[in-house]
This record gives sequence, structure tokens and C-alpha cells, in this order.
Amino acid sequence: MNRIKQLFEQKRNNVLSIYFTAGYPNIDSTLDIAEALEKAGADFLEIGVPYSDPLADGPVIQNSSQKAIENGMTVKVLFEQLKDLRKRVSIPVLLMGYVNPVLQYGVENFCSKCAEVGVDGVIVPDLPMYEYEELYQDCFIQNQLSNIFLITPTTSEARIRRIDELSNGFIYLLSTSSTTGKNLSVSSQVEDYFSRIKSMELRNPTMIGFGISDNKSFSKASEYANGAIVGSAFVKILAEENYLEKIPEFIGSLKGKEAVSY
Amino acid sequence: MSYHVNEKGYYGNFGGAYVPEMLYPNVEELREKYLSIMSEPAFQHEFLLLLKDYVGRPSPLYLAERLSEKYGTTIYLKREDLNHTGAHKINNTIGQILLAERLGKKRIIAETGAGQHGVATATVCALKGLECVVYMGAVDIERQAPNVARMKMMGATVIPATSGSQTLKDATNEALRDWINNPVDTHYIIGSVVGPHPYPDMVARFQSIISEETRAQLKEKTGKVNPDYVLACVGGGSNAMGMFYHFLDQDDVKLIAVEAAGKGVESGESAATTLLGKEGVLHGSRSIVMQTEDGQVVEPYSISAGLDYPGIGPQHAHLFASARAKYVSITDNEAMDAGLQLARLEGIIPAIESSHALAYLDKMEFKGDETVVICLSGRGDKDLSTYMTHFGL
Ligand SMILES: Cc1ncc(COP(=O)(O)O)c(C=O)c1O
Repeated sequence: MNRIKQLFEQKRNNVLSIYFTAGYPNIDSTLDIAEALEKAGADFLEIGVPYSDPLADGPVIQNSSQKAIENGMTVKVLFEQLKDLRKRVSIPVLLMGYVNPVLQYGVENFCSKCAEVGVDGVIVPDLPMYEYEELYQDCFIQNQLSNIFLITPTTSEARIRRIDELSNGFIYLLSTSSTTGKNLSVSSQVEDYFSRIKSMELRNPTMIGFGISDNKSFSKASEYANGAIVGSAFVKILAEENYLEKIPEFIGSLKGKEAVSY
Repeated sequence: MSYHVNEKGYYGNFGGAYVPEMLYPNVEELREKYLSIMSEPAFQHEFLLLLKDYVGRPSPLYLAERLSEKYGTTIYLKREDLNHTGAHKINNTIGQILLAERLGKKRIIAETGAGQHGVATATVCALKGLECVVYMGAVDIERQAPNVARMKMMGATVIPATSGSQTLKDATNEALRDWINNPVDTHYIIGSVVGPHPYPDMVARFQSIISEETRAQLKEKTGKVNPDYVLACVGGGSNAMGMFYHFLDQDDVKLIAVEAAGKGVESGESAATTLLGKEGVLHGSRSIVMQTEDGQVVEPYSISAGLDYPGIGPQHAHLFASARAKYVSITDNEAMDAGLQLARLEGIIPAIESSHALAYLDKMEFKGDETVVICLSGRGDKDLSTYMTHFGL
């Protein structure tokens, strides 16, 4: 069974997912970071495939992507590194990237490689629903990959229902319409939106992302969804020295308990 | 074969709307409404009136006699350089500002390369009293200083794009990010036939006035509506699409699109997209994109800021793939020489972008007296210092 489904069957609340960019800060840091995150208590991971023009991303992830590309990270290199993924990491892993590098690698190759190395799902923010259904869905299903769709405060109810039908894994709820890396400010408007989605009783679990940076925003998000996703706030840690050692403390502080020790 | 967009937003294999969900409602609203708004009589009336009294249309179709003599054929210049603000870009911004008004938007954003589109956007925002924010690559802010000053004078805020190559591609990324962060009250006036559907079609329709007038003017001057050749330069492709639009289904008209070869197609410093690019997705549409094997978009180069873009509009990709139009390229030096030549032969200083189209005359062979129309997309005022430096004048 797909690891994402399994996870949400076992854990319905406070699910924590961490995003980081492959090949950043060093070309070969990808699996070390993944392993450290699992040990520290992350429930699943989103590994970013760097792209030169990440238009949904704010400065922190733009910068990590640019650095990763300079370090030599490519889709090919990443799959090479991920050959050892399942020797070192057992939690679900998704790849998150933009559509162009996937197209150049070849959608079929991309999907079958994901299955081969043990990747459970894919998030491609700029792949539209229509193109996904027409051209890619079969390939995803064949390789038991979850395709994760995003919804925002302005996504219509009809469209959310359609996304719920097409999703198999979870739905990525954007806290606001924004690029990544802005801090979530929970207004009554945001709470209304979260409540509205919650009351729709979607088939799929939901995870709130964009702007989740600390225990306060993580807890708030977890009230309305099955959990939350942290990206920029974590990627910032990776710019520091001895970043691997800081991971347990960071995850601990997100979850609001004492740091788990190695 | 149809050269126009289908109901799914595609031109053959190209086009679509590859945007993240955050942009979906905005793009969808445009898609639903652009055709009906554009066909409202009140919209048409205001659009055409502004083009006439504010922009100064119709732009002349000028028989360039000394240039014709030099090449032994009949050459007309479609004088978009004589438009208010000095380029074809204003045809599109007038159209889009009227559309934005009808969509109830209060704030306008735009990207710009040469600064011509930024100026044209700042202009229509001043005209309508709307807030205007223009993203411009930090490198382009340097090389197109006069246009930066013009935008500021008309009250626009110019924000430097400091990511990547700091040129048009990066300015476009920043504008799209701004739109993601301001989804409700903001309209994004894209400056070329690029971006997610319906932008390429909408911008082409606004620019199609160029070929509509050309046909009427040719008829009046020569008795025939069709020339043998139509030439235009291609950055994203809006002046070319406007120049080609009403000739697309006229099989006897040869369409030539001129890209910027920069320092040479093989030099690694070029913007000749159809020669150097592959199919891919950039800025919301599937088209031809200059990129690495891994799908990273490469930084293009051209002496001309307006042509310094690693993609082309999806309709151009379709015209290229179907061979309806011929895509050629011209180096920096060839373009600069053609610009100087036009200044000396006709007393017209062209934008360096337009000089690329003019330079292709040198590579053409004419059978007897043929008729050529070249889109003179803009004037060279913004480029004077580049011309001066290049020629040591
Ligand atoms: C005078 C002029 N011509 C041509 C272009 C290229 O754009 P497009 O290919 O959309 O016409 C520009 C862009 O800034 C321009 O200023």
C-alpha cells in the first residue's frame, strides 16, 4: 500500500511534513537531511526538485533552488541519490517541483523512476488539472503515485470537489494566496476559510502549508486540517553551520515538546 | 489548418495555462470574460477612439524609397515607432487597461524588458488613474535608463528584479509572484503574446490592428491587399503576431519572424529561441524554450533588451512547427548596422529590436519587384547611448 495512505490511516492529527530542496546546501546533503528529519520526528517529507524559475516561491526557496542548481543538482542526479532512499528513510516521501524539468526528463520515465526508488507522491504546482487528467493520470496510477493538488482561499467549491475526486493521498491547503515563505497571520478570514474546508468533509486528508513556521502556526493549522507543512522556515536552518545537528531541536520546537535526542 | 487558439487554449501542441492554483481564479476570470468584454460595442468604441486620438493611429505605412532602391524591391515600413510612447506596445496596454477597468481592478502590474511595455503601461495607468507597479530586470534598468525615468515621471513604481539573469524573464517571474500575492484587486498586463491562455490570444487580438491597417493601406496605395513578404522581430512575439495576424490565412504572403542571435547562434550568448530551444513550459504556457537538458531555463543574451527572452509565444511556436512562418536570426552587429543604415538612408532611428527585422533584408533575394512590409516596432530614442557606444559616434 502507498505509504501516504498508510500514514493517514494511522495518524489523523498533528501530521508534520517538512519541505527541503534537493542538493542544498550541498549536492550530497539530500539523504542526510531526510534521515535526520525522520529521526527527529517528521511524519513525511517533500523533497524539492530545483528549478530556475520557481514562480510560486519566495526568496528563501528561490535561493535554495538556485544554489542547488549551481551545486549540480538535476533530476537525473536526484534519482541517482534516491537509489538509497529506502535503505535510510521509511516515512513517506514526495517530490515537489515544477513541470518543465519533469517534461524534459519525460513524464513516464519520471513516474517509473519514482516508483523504483520508493517515492510515494508528486506535487507539481504548475501542472493544471486538465493536463494531468488528459496526459499524466494513467502514468501516476500505474506507478501508484499520489498526485497532490493545491487549493487556495479563492478556489471554488465545485473545483474543490473535483480536486477531491482526483486526489489520492492528501490535499494541500494553502493558508493564503501567496508565494512561499510569508508568515501565516491567522485572521478571522483565514479561520473562516479553514472552517469552510473542514465542513466540506472531503474524502482526502488535508495538510495546510505556506507560512507555517513555528509551534503556534503549526498548532493552529492542525486544528483545521490533519496537519501542516513547513518549508521556508526549515530551509533557513539549512543555511546555518552544523545544520544536521539543529534539526532535532527545530522539529521539537515545531511540535511543541522537548527536542528528541538522536 | 487553424493558426488560432482552440477552446482548450492550445495552438497545436502549444499553449495551455500552466499556472499554480493561486493564479487559477484570475486566469479563469479572464478566460471567461475577455472575448465578451472585447466585443462589447462600448469597449470597441472606447478602444478605437483612444487608438485614434491618444495613440495617433492609424500608424502610417511608409514607402521607404531609398531603402527600396538599395535592395531593388518595394519596401514599406509600418510605422509603429510613431505611436504615442514610441512602440507598438501601447496597442496592447490600451486594450488591457479598458479590460481591467471592466473587471473592477484597482492596481496594475507589468513586466518590462526594454522599458517600452513598462512605459506603455505607466501611460495608460496615468490615463485611467490606476496604481502602477512595473518589474524590470536590474540589468535592463541600467541599459534603458530613459524609459525608467519616463515611468517614474508618470507615477509608476519601478521594482528591480534581482534574481537570475536580471532581465525580462526574471521581471516576468516577479510580476507573476506579485499577482499570486495580490489576487483580488490586481490585473497583470502582460507585454507580449506569452503567458497562460488567454493572454497570448488576447494580446494578439489587441495588436492585430497593425495588420488590419496594413491591408487597408496597401490596398489604397497599390490596389492589392497582400504583400509578398511581411517581416517583424520577435522577442515574445507581440509586434510580429500583430503584423502577421490578418495575413495568417493568406497563403500567398510569406511571413518572416526575426529572432536575436546575440553574439552568434553558436556563441552561447544568444536569444534565438527557435534554433536553440526545445519544447517546454515557461511563464504559464507550453512553447519553445531555451533550456538545459535538465529543463532549467537558460539565460539568453541580446544587445536588445526587448528581444532578450528565452521563449516565444505559443502561437509562434505553432507557426514555427507548422512552417507557416519562417524563423530566422540576426546578430547584434548585423542589427546595429541596419539601424545605422536606416538612420542614414531614411532619417529614421529605429529601436534596436526593430533593427533586427530590417537587417534581414540583407539576406533576402528578391525576384523582380516584390512588395515587402516591415514592422518598425519602435523608435530608437531609448537606444541612442547603445548606438553611440557601438559606433563610437
Ligand atoms: C520596440 C520593440 N520591438 C519589439 C519588442 C519585442 O517584443 P515583441 O516580440 O512582443 O514585439 C520590444 C519589447 O520590448 C520593443 O520595445
